[in-house]
Amino acid sequence: MSATTDVLVENPVEQLLRTERMPHIWCPGCGIGTSVNCFARALLESNTDLDKVAIVSGIGCSGRVAGYLKLDSFHTTHGRAIPFATGLKLANPKLTVVVYSGDGDLFAIGGNHFIHAARRNVDIKVICINNFIYGMTGGQVAPTTPLEARASTAPYGCYEPPFNLPFLAEAAGATYVARWTTYHVVQLTKAFKELLAHRGFGFIEVIAPCPTLYQRRNRLGDGLDAMKYYKEHSKIRHGAPTSEVGLGFQSEIIVGKFVQKQRPTYFDMEEQVLRQRLGERYRPLEELVCQ
Amino acid sequence: MPKPKGAVTIIIERCKGCGFCVEFCPTKVLELSNAFNSKGYHPPHVVAPEKCSGCDLCGMVCPDFAIFGYKLPATAAPSSELRPEEATVPAAQGGNS
Repeated sequence: MSATTDVLVENPVEQLLRTERMPHIWCPGCGIGTSVNCFARALLESNTDLDKVAIVSGIGCSGRVAGYLKLDSFHTTHGRAIPFATGLKLANPKLTVVVYSGDGDLFAIGGNHFIHAARRNVDIKVICINNFIYGMTGGQVAPTTPLEARASTAPYGCYEPPFNLPFLAEAAGATYVARWTTYHVVQLTKAFKELLAHRGFGFIEVIAPCPTLYQRRNRLGDGLDAMKYYKEHSKIRHGAPTSEVGLGFQSEIIVGKFVQKQRPTYFDMEEQVLRQRLGERYRPLEELVCQ
Repeated sequence: MPKPKGAVTIIIERCKGCGFCVEFCPTKVLELSNAFNSKGYHPPHVVAPEKCSGCDLCGMVCPDFAIFGYKLPATAAPSSELRPEEATVPAAQGGNS
């Protein structure tokens, strides 16, 4: 590839993509690509050492993210992205470990892992793409499907109340909780930068359109219609109580940064307790792990 | 014609024609073209290059990493262009008749 004129420049995120795999498998209008785009920009703008970033994904459409980013990446078994990420962080505490996965993976089969990682305040960053449905497997009801929304396993509308993800994250002990939609690209990029700089368990929920399954089955149009909906029906409320930010079917979407606080991380607690018990015999984790 | 402040580059073969860049461009520089790329999608094309501010919002909102904007230096030659190697692919033969 040769640039012949000075107006041609490289796409800024090109260096972070495995370009040989492009175009990616995500449907036209899918929001996952937009969020990855924002994440890549945040990573570049935050001047993080890219050799010290690892990205861990589970299974599903969002699980493909690990395969498209040119970082140390880990495509794990279904729902187990957080356990793998925790292990990675324990074995190499200097790594910035990012879990990038979907709502079904993180909150259905992987729900328990999420709450326990948040409880321990393991220093990993969790990004959840919430498209309200199981995308890759054919549009079944997920733990985030809003009441009355139709899905392939709920032809008369879903009758299970969904999770309110920021509330769940905060209650379980996450120290950074935010929610944005794929329409809010500037704010989302900024939030990713904050997340990368945050110490402790951070969680960002990204509301993304699934045009092929969620939008089509509910007769909501395509990805562009979803983006317009986000534009018109999102309300930015920083610091809103997370108990009030639950989502209904086509309801108002409250976005913003809800929680940002500090409490001792898993490593801090481990050091504190073991140093007290073992005294001189205590060896910091850095000395014990692989270099 | 006023000199544009920025320009966009479109990687036609990556585009899936979702229209996000067309809809959310603050100065309405883009439109979906009638031409097809090799996968059968309609990529956007530049209809108002003089309006482009190079804000790169199209680049941020693109789910397919297929477009990006950039600021032009004050002295540079104007106009948005396609990458030469991309521009040679079918795209330019228009019409969906």
